[in-house]
Amino acid sequence: MSFSSTSFLNYAPAPESTALLNLKPDYGLFINGDFQPGNGTPFQTISPATEKQIAMIASANEADVDTAVAAARRAYDRTWSRMSGSDRGKYLFRIARLMQERARELAVAESLDNGKPITESRDVDIPLAAAWFFYYAGWADKLDYAGVGPNPAALGVAAQVIPWNFPLLMLAWKIAPALAAGNTVVLKPAETTPLTALLFAEILQQADLPAGVVNIITGAGSTGQALVNHPDVNKVAFTGSTAVGRMIARSVAGTGKKLTLELGGKGANIVFDDAPIDQAIEGIISGVFFNQGHVCCAGSRLLVQESIHDEVIDRLKARMSTLRVGDPLDKNTDVGAINSAEQLQRIRELSDIGEQEGAERWSPDCALPQNGFWFAPTIFTNVSTSHRIARDEVFGPVLSVLTFRTPAEAIAKANNTPYGLSAGIWSDKGSRILAVADKLRAGVIWANTFNKFDPASPFGGYKESGYGREGGRHGLAAYLAPAARPGSRARTAAISAKAGSAKASTEKVSTEKAAAARKKATK
Amino acid sequence: MTRLTVPKTYKLYIGGKFPRSESGRVYAVSSAGGDFLANAAKGSRKDARDAVVAARAALKGWSGATAYNRGQVLYRIAELLEGRRAQFIDEIMQAEGASAAAASAQVDDAIDAWVWYAGWADKYVQVAGNANPVSGPYFNLSVPEPTGVVAIVAPQAGGSLLGFVSAVAPALVAGNTVVVIAHETAPLTAISLGEVLATSDVPGGVVNILTGSPAEIAPWLASHADVNALDLLGAGALDWVNLQIAAADTLKRVLPPEPDAAPSLARILAFTETKTVWHTKSLL
Repeated sequence: MSFSSTSFLNYAPAPESTALLNLKPDYGLFINGDFQPGNGTPFQTISPATEKQIAMIASANEADVDTAVAAARRAYDRTWSRMSGSDRGKYLFRIARLMQERARELAVAESLDNGKPITESRDVDIPLAAAWFFYYAGWADKLDYAGVGPNPAALGVAAQVIPWNFPLLMLAWKIAPALAAGNTVVLKPAETTPLTALLFAEILQQADLPAGVVNIITGAGSTGQALVNHPDVNKVAFTGSTAVGRMIARSVAGTGKKLTLELGGKGANIVFDDAPIDQAIEGIISGVFFNQGHVCCAGSRLLVQESIHDEVIDRLKARMSTLRVGDPLDKNTDVGAINSAEQLQRIRELSDIGEQEGAERWSPDCALPQNGFWFAPTIFTNVSTSHRIARDEVFGPVLSVLTFRTPAEAIAKANNTPYGLSAGIWSDKGSRILAVADKLRAGVIWANTFNKFDPASPFGGYKESGYGREGGRHGLAAYLAPAARPGSRARTAAISAKAGSAKASTEKVSTEKAAAARKKATK
Repeated sequence: MTRLTVPKTYKLYIGGKFPRSESGRVYAVSSAGGDFLANAAKGSRKDARDAVVAARAALKGWSGATAYNRGQVLYRIAELLEGRRAQFIDEIMQAEGASAAAASAQVDDAIDAWVWYAGWADKYVQVAGNANPVSGPYFNLSVPEPTGVVAIVAPQAGGSLLGFVSAVAPALVAGNTVVVIAHETAPLTAISLGEVLATSDVPGGVVNILTGSPAEIAPWLASHADVNALDLLGAGALDWVNLQIAAADTLKRVLPPEPDAAPSLARILAFTETKTVWHTKSLL
């Protein structure tokens, strides 16, 4: 089969203008309502499509983290925890509206900094981020209905560390519910994608959000580590790799900090022989090539029923041949730039291992730009469950195809992973979809669709994909503690530890140990 | 002339059977007054691993049972426990040196806890799950599901029976299966409760009870890759922070020690996972 007859793809370039961007040459840390220089060595943020510098970014060291957490604590004690829910909500509504107003600017900045196609930042990332604030704004004065009982309490200061794949959207997932629940925030964006978070800081200034309620500190992994381990934070929320998630889970052990982890995935996309095939092909394509495959819930393992394997592969290859890889700011682009040289290296490495282990590799002919980080959409067939490309998260535009004969085999293969974030089911038979969905160990299941997100819909993993949910009522509860129950020593102790400082939480540990020791002694 | 009594041999409860520890070890359990009561099995790492295998094997059936069925089974435990009130009061008085009134109250509370939790089995999904009004033509539903195999360090607080029940019952409601380390110095009521479980309709392997040293056994469960969650409710006297650190390697859900555990929906939900299913609606 030949796919060379793709001349209809030779569209004229349709680049989005960067004229509406009004970027500063360098950005400081956003602490206590103002930008200030960091004490670490500033670093550059580049466009992964051109490797050109966009701006210089301040780096926060431990002292800066300290300052930011202190600002958040002050804002929590003096302002945010005393404000009415309806006023908190009004600030969040304001932020949502300002994001909508500046949506195009944010979309261009996001595509520039991250490398994702402008169509995605314009139609998915930015509108969803604004929707997230709008959704949680309305929750701020309705916390009694969040599902943790009447008069729930905020936790205090939330430390939030987010990844580079959906920079502004992940910021919204983290900040909106935290503020609605009454917490204050110190957030660290990813090292390679700080830009929209800093524009967001300007939006907070326009919204006149009280100083210190949201602090945004930039830097590398060590900044995030210092933030997560800071003794005066009460809540840690992290989205990123499972390896770092493990490290964080270890470091918060025994501190009483509440933890939400959204980690890696190796999502199975199961296609039965009665699937609506046109939609399934589109779903498989968007499931793994959306956002260059930099999606923790990507459908990176295609499980296709044996009887339709050849047809599906042929049609996938044909569809992949029409994907346009290139300039993220071009409105015709389907697949943009890989976010960083480091990530590109990892994708190449795992793909090479896929070949070495005996899987069959195929990519469409596509010219990749000279500069920047690029990887052609790739499909591996003849993959077996033990191959690393079927087990490791590639986090790139790479699809591994496996086959199955029976629903039971599909379920067994889909669940054969330590991850459990997402899965897809394609079938025309409703009863089969529901039965299979019941048996999949994954937090989000898309039936006859894929990669759908909504602020009202809880998102999060089973097993080693992390714990806690973001989105919906469940995402709100992750930032709340039940009200103290009269007569319950447990609850009161837990809440006072949360309301107090880290000293209180370490004290809680030692008090508990002491209490236990006392109990032992009196036995 | 007094009749010579027939003392009971206390063993482990794994996979619906009562084996001795594979290690052959026992330890002497004394009453509150210091008198010898029995030799309890001193569970080993291998026993813990066997218990996890049994719990994993039982998971499909228990989590797959209808909520109504699980509720009835949990209620049945209360029924059988009610019938054995005298035995448990007697054991608690011996083990803990409790007064008859206190022991009786503890057994009543334990029975009532089973009844309370039994009633949740077919309701917690409605309370914790919901339909989500997403912006698009999708049917979107979030429901809680059991986390899987839960390892529990049972507390002594509240009494050797009530502490045990307050940790185990909520984990069972959603369909989790459990491996419980009974309290070290007062483990006998837990094993007697195992006899109740074995003769009620709880399938073998759903509850597995280990006796012995929690300090020795718990680390193996905390690091076990086939255990999904760790309830440290009764681990306050152990090096529980290191248990939580060990559990982080496989990202287990962990509940820290607490001084008490009154029946609560939160304890049920602590070992559930929210699954959200999206389905397209056709455009008519």
